[in-house]
Amino acid sequence: MSAIDDTFARLRADARKALIPFITAGDPDLEFTTDCLKCLAQHGGAICEVGIPYSDPIADGPVIQSSYSRALQRGITLADIFQHIHSAVPDIAAPLVSMVSYAIVYRHGPQRYIDDAKAAGFAGAIIPDLPVDETAKLAEACRAADFSLIQLITPTTPRPRAQRIADTSTGFVYYVSVTGITGERREIPPELIDNVAWLRERTDLPICIGFGISSVQHVRQLAPVADGLIVGSAIVRRIAQASASPHQEVLAEVGQFVEQLATALNPPNK
Amino acid sequence: MPASSHVPDAAGRYGPFGGRYVPETLTRALDELAAEYEKASGDADFQAEFASLLEHYVGRPSPLYFAERLTKHCGGAQIYLKREDLNHTGAHKINNTIGQALLTRRMGKQRVIAETGAGQHGVATATACARFGLQCVVYMGEEDIRRQKLNVFRMQLLGAEVRPVTTGSRTLRDAINEAMRDWMASVETTHYILGSVVGPHPFPRIVRDFQSVIGRETIEQSRKQLGRLPNVVVACVGGGSNAAGMFYPFVDHTEVQLIGVEAGGLSPKPGQHASPLSYGQPGVLHGSFSYVMQDEDGQTCDVHSVSAGLDYPGVGPEHAYWKETGRVQYVTCSDADAMEGFDLLSRTEGILPALESAHAVAHAADLASQRSPDQVLVICLSGRGDKDVYEVARLRGHQVDEAS
Repeated sequence: MSAIDDTFARLRADARKALIPFITAGDPDLEFTTDCLKCLAQHGGAICEVGIPYSDPIADGPVIQSSYSRALQRGITLADIFQHIHSAVPDIAAPLVSMVSYAIVYRHGPQRYIDDAKAAGFAGAIIPDLPVDETAKLAEACRAADFSLIQLITPTTPRPRAQRIADTSTGFVYYVSVTGITGERREIPPELIDNVAWLRERTDLPICIGFGISSVQHVRQLAPVADGLIVGSAIVRRIAQASASPHQEVLAEVGQFVEQLATALNPPNK
Repeated sequence: MPASSHVPDAAGRYGPFGGRYVPETLTRALDELAAEYEKASGDADFQAEFASLLEHYVGRPSPLYFAERLTKHCGGAQIYLKREDLNHTGAHKINNTIGQALLTRRMGKQRVIAETGAGQHGVATATACARFGLQCVVYMGEEDIRRQKLNVFRMQLLGAEVRPVTTGSRTLRDAINEAMRDWMASVETTHYILGSVVGPHPFPRIVRDFQSVIGRETIEQSRKQLGRLPNVVVACVGGGSNAAGMFYPFVDHTEVQLIGVEAGGLSPKPGQHASPLSYGQPGVLHGSFSYVMQDEDGQTCDVHSVSAGLDYPGVGPEHAYWKETGRVQYVTCSDADAMEGFDLLSRTEGILPALESAHAVAHAADLASQRSPDQVLVICLSGRGDKDVYEVARLRGHQVDEAS
């Protein structure tokens, strides 16, 4: 059981859902990142996703890609990230998941990545460019370490394959709402509801929906079908736009935004 | 283990290399592409149409030409040139784009995207799309657009849209990232014509197979013209498509020595060359496991080459396999030596080579001078140098006014 399983067990017992905010490590710097994670957890983030900057992120849209470039331009390293997270983790009231390219995991050594990330305080990882066909060994190592390996299912995933992905995932299943890269979108596709309902019948894992969620309206639309919602670009964009402002102001704005989404996901009168 | 020509396996593996490291969104498209390609490979009509287009549209077979004056100049082995520079559009790239345009039509897709470095693959894709009436968008790094203005305009004349890529190092690698992103959002209607033997399975195999006409012709022509196979075959390696196409049919002819020439740039220092097989290590880039230039965190390093087409931090997984099995020897050639190769071929044979091919020329000339005259050495002359004339002039401080 990782901290993610514990979190979902608790939420389920209270009939609540997880808001999962995403930010990029080191954008604009690691002090901000750890302060922001504390803030996100205080304002309703049930689990926080931390993007590990990568030079060639093919799965990410322009907002997250730019945030990765900004962080890398400052010379951020994996060791810096682990060190800062490690010292801040006691004050972050939510489990952390790293979002990381397999290029980085492979270079670091898969087992060593699990060990170091776990030692730093991460409860799991999402490796968006590692398809289920290549995960067998890593999934086993993650299970042995109680480190969740969250895998993605997309609208183009054939159903037998979706089943296989759900079966090898741990922590939760990341359901990608749209075909394409991460980023904000205006509309939620109607077939998404059907696909998630189908998956719900076939896995006990929590199903969290991500890619393109950027407003209270999106959250209200998706809340009934999901166990959790992942919000990335909408937060990273706010951080980028406020890069010239004092950190406290940016944190206040991000905190308020996340709290709005969290309230929409778990309305107080329920 | 000796290198096998029976690669890749069903998972796209060349020994440990290759595979598929892509977002889940692309998996179905890659599976569909692999299945469709499998069918096309066994379809006599498809193969006949491809062969006919190569003959009548591309102008194949390209000559295997005895470079008599270059041979005399080097004073050793007899040097032959496989003249891919004489193909329609001036490089080997068209072999692959025609094949993949046929696949696009077969899959019922109407839109094509591509990445380009030097612009040769972009031009070849734009050409194939014009020929088949397909919509074409080419992603190209801003830095490459600056270096290869002529090819940009050529693509536009052919009806393609050239989208500048302003992220990262603004070169080929970033153009591939952007094309992959486009494809993830457009995969239902769009085929991605990848231009080299890189990327996720099945691309390295498809591109190698379409380019293998180079090696097959070379074998046939050598037998006919020389009565035997060459002793040595030399090709430049960026992503490695001309080399893969040339080498693959020779893999089982173990008596033929195969040499791939990487871009040695300014020096072996990080950031000053583009030689992952010589100076890099195994890693993941652009959906494939192969040799790559990375820092110790797995971040892709900046690379450098005088030639835009070799300015790439990765290399095709089959080259990594050939390196590990020892079937192909990989060496480097510096910017300066490549420029000498450029001049040498221009002045001895009246052939301006592409700066990419000039790397192979320079290494081969050096090698030929150390071999006896009864030996035969073939250079894959992957493209012509007309596209590089402005860049060469710029490097030498010549003012070449495009308007005059």
